[in-house]
Amino acid sequence: MAINFEAALGIHDKALILRGQRAEVLANNIANADTPGYQSRDMDFGYLLAQAKGQQGVAIKRTNARHISTAGEMGLGSDLKYRTPMQPSIDGNTVDLQIEQAQYADNAIAFQSSFTFLNSKFRGLISALKGE
Amino acid sequence: MSLSNIFDLAGTGMSAQSIRLNTVASNIANAESVSSSTGETYRARHPVFSVIRDQVNQDVFGAGFGNDFNSMSAGYGVKVDGIVESQADLRQKYQPDHPSADDDGYVYYPNVDVVSEMADMISASRAYQTNVEIMNTAKQMMQRVLTLGQ
Repeated sequence: MAINFEAALGIHDKALILRGQRAEVLANNIANADTPGYQSRDMDFGYLLAQAKGQQGVAIKRTNARHISTAGEMGLGSDLKYRTPMQPSIDGNTVDLQIEQAQYADNAIAFQSSFTFLNSKFRGLISALKGE
Repeated sequence: MSLSNIFDLAGTGMSAQSIRLNTVASNIANAESVSSSTGETYRARHPVFSVIRDQVNQDVFGAGFGNDFNSMSAGYGVKVDGIVESQADLRQKYQPDHPSADDDGYVYYPNVDVVSEMADMISASRAYQTNVEIMNTAKQMMQRVLTLGQ
């Protein structure tokens, strides 16, 4: 049985990347907290993680080799959702600073936990390699 | 690495908020700057914020670096489109003894609302602090990643 990084690391490396991207989206919301007309965005984390794992997600079937592959496509911003505001504001801005800050803190903690899991996976691999 | 984009994002937020703070300072400093005509009188100034979209990002942060991750983002921070002068009516006062009074004895005071400027100042200051915290948290996350495998 060969050591397979994909199998050894599990979901945690993908989760870590997604957490980093979500932090970026939330930081953009907070930077635009006073921008008129700006609509707050967020990502559907569970869906994107499942898509990154390749288990779910909509991939368009390719019937010709020259068709563009959609598998593993995470970009184009279409996967970002709009947050539903608690109450309308007169300038059309839907950023609620408290909610965004809470989500950002939550995301940072989740990032740390993903990192801790990933780190212990690497430690496990290292101790397996050393064989001590 | 998408985390490093947060420094740019929070940086644009801090820059925009400090411009807002600057206009507040200018407005309050000139709140009583009188003149003898409506054209010369100081008018309250306010910055106009807008989102930095993808196109600008190419110029600002350089193309080709982590652009596959960038496509995930809703924007790349905030920018100041310009500074607009308030079109509210100037305060006209009858002060014939004033050295700046016009022929009819009127002087014109700026249309600065000091109370709303103070509220604006606190709002800008808090938003600035929030952006600093965002940057701090992102820094901690990145430092944590550097210890991977240790």
